[in-house]
Amino acid sequence: MAKYYQPEFECMALEDMRALQSEKLVKQVKRVYENVKYYRDLMDAKGVTPDDIKSIDDIHKLPFLTKADLRDAYPYGLLGTDLKNCVRIQSTSGTTGRRVVAFYTQADVDMWEDCCARAVTAVGGTNEDVCQVAYGYGLFTGGPGLNGGSHKVGCLTLPMSSGNTERQIQFMRDLHATILCCTPSYAAYIGETLKEMGLTPDDIDLKAGIFGAEPWTEEMRRDIEKSLGIKAYDIYGLTETSGPGVSFECEEQTGMHINEDHFYAEIIDPETGEVLPEGSKGELVFTSLDKEGFPLLRYRTRDICVLSRKKCSCGRTLIKMSKPMGRSDDMLIIRGVNVFPSQIETVLIKEGYSPNYLIEVDRVKNNDTLDVSVELSPEQFSDTVKDLAIKEKALADAIKTMLGINPKVHLVAPKTITRSEGKAVRVIDKRKLHD
Amino acid sequence: MSVKQISVFIENKKGELAAATRYLANHNINLRALSIADTQDFGILRIICDDPKATETVLREGGYISTVTDVLAAEIEDKPGSMAAILEVLAEAHVIVEYTYAFLAPDGHAYMIFRVDDNAVASAALAGAGIKTANQEDLF
Repeated sequence: MAKYYQPEFECMALEDMRALQSEKLVKQVKRVYENVKYYRDLMDAKGVTPDDIKSIDDIHKLPFLTKADLRDAYPYGLLGTDLKNCVRIQSTSGTTGRRVVAFYTQADVDMWEDCCARAVTAVGGTNEDVCQVAYGYGLFTGGPGLNGGSHKVGCLTLPMSSGNTERQIQFMRDLHATILCCTPSYAAYIGETLKEMGLTPDDIDLKAGIFGAEPWTEEMRRDIEKSLGIKAYDIYGLTETSGPGVSFECEEQTGMHINEDHFYAEIIDPETGEVLPEGSKGELVFTSLDKEGFPLLRYRTRDICVLSRKKCSCGRTLIKMSKPMGRSDDMLIIRGVNVFPSQIETVLIKEGYSPNYLIEVDRVKNNDTLDVSVELSPEQFSDTVKDLAIKEKALADAIKTMLGINPKVHLVAPKTITRSEGKAVRVIDKRKLHD
Repeated sequence: MSVKQISVFIENKKGELAAATRYLANHNINLRALSIADTQDFGILRIICDDPKATETVLREGGYISTVTDVLAAEIEDKPGSMAAILEVLAEAHVIVEYTYAFLAPDGHAYMIFRVDDNAVASAALAGAGIKTANQEDLF
């Protein structure tokens, strides 16, 4: 059984990796400077030319990209090649303002799928496995990414997409699925449904799961492992860089190996932008070393984590990142969906509500819940429950349209949502994911 | 003929209703009739009092959200079939009843409050059937 999908990269000596990264970066910076006016302008403003980038050690000279840049450059401003060379887009959920549309050439898709194939192999996947992909398919990267990775490994792939849990379990049993790929909250839900159907982990053949796209705790990992009778592995990625597979867990389950031959990782101080030494906690920054369609350099993920080169018992030399421990912005990840409080605020204002609101996020039975309380104005009040219920429903629908997730809306009396002196408390996240 | 009802938004939390009614009492507002519709999150307190305009001002000053609605107050006899008879008249006139509640006026008569979709049609239908509807003054 192959232990690695691409051992030549996954187990590469650090020296060779640095050389490879240097070679790729020099080429990538030249290409981006030539093809991407938006980034060329940023480099010019900073007084950096491609000639200043001679090795990976020079990467700190390059300007950062942020989500705001992605918004400003939407949709084609950061395209790295002719559109005719691109074969695919993927996109994040969210508003027009925040939406990320990433372009892929065939080489980009292959590279991304290779990264996912490394993850599938790392959890023990081979061409004898049946891999059930229960991530959403479509614009969301989860389904397409793991689907491609599973193909590359040669697993029999079940492209289930998410939802219809009883059918998931039926396929899982009838076709003897051995690997499950989905969000951790959906894995937990499948585990609960299994139990409700009077089945036990002995009734299924699953041995491993690859779960990502949202934060989850060690406690949740243990719950899922127990309820499905599997080993549960974390996977990390973002649409901006490709999708899942930027990093993945191995059998050691102590952090995720970054596919650093494709994605160069740095940790910076989110306040100053200064690069921090290995082992420091800070904001994760990625540079796509060889992407063609959407080649982001020094993209600030806003995820706070720690990098480590500690020797891993799996034999991989790829640098490891911890689970994200928080965010350096106000983004929430709810049921795998990126949510900015400002998106909800936009809906409220559009629907004629006051911008006094409170977002409460919780996790009940391993499922995220979103509650939005908003103050009712005198003009919106009605003497019938029916009218107010219609208003609540309309607002919930509008938020659902914006975010893709169903909130519970609560109309509250005016001036009951606390107004603080300084920064208003708009979000209460009760999930305690980052202890 | 119709009467003015004041509806007040009350959050469905312990003590909120007590606080609202105490607030009205402190402003010397007497409640002639009262009904509450509730959901998990909020309730709507509906009241009839002698000076709706003053009451509305008092509520607004107290930070409450309220609205005034014209509702019908139909006199009802204390015998089987009275309620059915009124509702049948309204149904025949194609009037939609949103909600209804009852109270006793100082004159000893019982009244049903009806919130309907069309007060004019409903009043005419009730009058045609010989059912008396009250003015604000009739209730105090």
